[in-house]
Amino acid sequence: MPEAMGFFTDTTICIGCKACEVACKNWNQLPATNGGVSELSGDSYDNTRKLDGTHWRHVKFIEQFEGPYNGRWLMMSDVIDMNPAAGTAQKCTLCYDRMQVGLEPACAKACPTDSIQFGPIAELRTRAQKRVDQLKAQGEKRARLYGDDPNGPLGGLNSFYLLVDEPEVYGLPRDPKLPSRNLKSSGVLSAATGAVLGLVALVGLRKRRMDEIGGGGERGSEN
Amino acid sequence: MSDTFVTASPHWTWFIIPYFFVGGIAGGAYFLAAVLEWFGRPEDRPVIRTGYSLAFWGAVLSGLLLTLDLGRSLRFLNMLFQSDNFPHLMFKSFSPISFGAWALLLFGACAFVSWYAETGGTPAKLIAAVGGLLGFFVAGYTGVLLSVTNRPIWADSPWLGALFLASGASTGAAAIALFAPGRGATERSLRWVTTFDARALIVELLLLIVFLVSLGTVAKAWLSVWGLLLIVGVVGAGILWPLRLHLKPAGAGALRNPAVMVLLGGFLLRCVVLLASNSIEYHRVASVVAR
Ligand code: SF4
Ligand code: SF4
Repeated sequence: MPEAMGFFTDTTICIGCKACEVACKNWNQLPATNGGVSELSGDSYDNTRKLDGTHWRHVKFIEQFEGPYNGRWLMMSDVIDMNPAAGTAQKCTLCYDRMQVGLEPACAKACPTDSIQFGPIAELRTRAQKRVDQLKAQGEKRARLYGDDPNGPLGGLNSFYLLVDEPEVYGLPRDPKLPSRNLKSSGVLSAATGAVLGLVALVGLRKRRMDEIGGGGERGSEN
Repeated sequence: MSDTFVTASPHWTWFIIPYFFVGGIAGGAYFLAAVLEWFGRPEDRPVIRTGYSLAFWGAVLSGLLLTLDLGRSLRFLNMLFQSDNFPHLMFKSFSPISFGAWALLLFGACAFVSWYAETGGTPAKLIAAVGGLLGFFVAGYTGVLLSVTNRPIWADSPWLGALFLASGASTGAAAIALFAPGRGATERSLRWVTTFDARALIVELLLLIVFLVSLGTVAKAWLSVWGLLLIVGVVGAGILWPLRLHLKPAGAGALRNPAVMVLLGGFLLRCVVLLASNSIEYHRVASVVAR
């Protein structure tokens, strides 16, 4: 099996230049505006207004990537978004088309500070841990990795992050879960409710008949 | 804080609210008609006919609302067929949306046949059995679908499917009670429908309580205008008031007609469940945590 590839995003060196967003839009031919309104923020030095399926697509994207040409993705959060030009939902492809010809993803390529790095997951994990240790040594005690732990939620995310605050501050769930976790319990409870209501309907019919027999109803024998 | 708060709301338009409502009525009405088809008697025929026609027109309207919601309407074909592989069917057993698209289609077919064929008999009974089960599915899967997301309120409880199913049953019965008299339903048939409606309302109320309790700390998310509407509109006007009217009829007028109030309550239930969750923006949540 080819080596698992993924993203490591070091949020501490992101300068909010949005080159990744522009690169993503550019490569994937996504519109810069939605209904005539620019969606790239230009009013502050902070990062973005919105990171999602039509901007910097992978940032809010948790994928399980089983080797470069064999993607299996799990989506969550704001990852899927409507493409206003196409009128359909779209999400990060990990630049599958670029990877097929040996290019790194457009967002990682464009990032001037190497905040977004693409490569073999094992290597990225080592590099990320070193960076955390470095930050801690410099006094940034809150430095932590998010989604790197293979024994953690969802068996580790192949797009993981270095954060210096609570995950929620970055719009990331603390303990990401698959939506399908609720499928079985919801289905069983609904089926049980259906059975109860069916029973209620039948009991009603039976009572109607009994009442008529009890009351000497002339139509009691009909059913 | 539940992780569901840091997710973004889906890109549905308002079409989805009437769809959830109409789909529930159609499914519930068909189910009741199917029960009478099997276990009723000839005098119940007008009620059965009313149920079938509510189901058929409801299914048509549901399909229409869903297709419009897509924005690019022809895309609904992608829910049923694989676009690159044309005659191959698109069906994903783990996805309530995929399940639902097929169930609605098959339910619509059953409803059409039942509605179109005038008389009862064994074939009608068999179709009614299949359609009745599909009807309950159509009424309930929308709640399951909401639970199988990562959104606040919806994904924080497994009881939403059950709640929507009960509401589908109560609104389906209410719709029959509203329209069947005009089609010559007898007093006795109608009484069975309204008695069922009252009991379905009690089941619904219990499920609503269980649902709210099961939310745990997430129940705080209801501290909004939608929570107020839930208490006043859904519970008060849509469940308790019609229950009281069942016990003690209060005369003429829409507000005194339990069927009208049940339908109103069912509609509001879909509204508040959808909007209470959709009004939670993760950007806002994130900034609160940051502070
Ligand atoms: S990998 Fe490609 S599609 Fe995904 S966010 Fe980066 S540039 Fe966009
Ligand atoms: S290109 Fe790099 S530095 Fe610029 S906003 Fe994107 S991640 Fe940050």
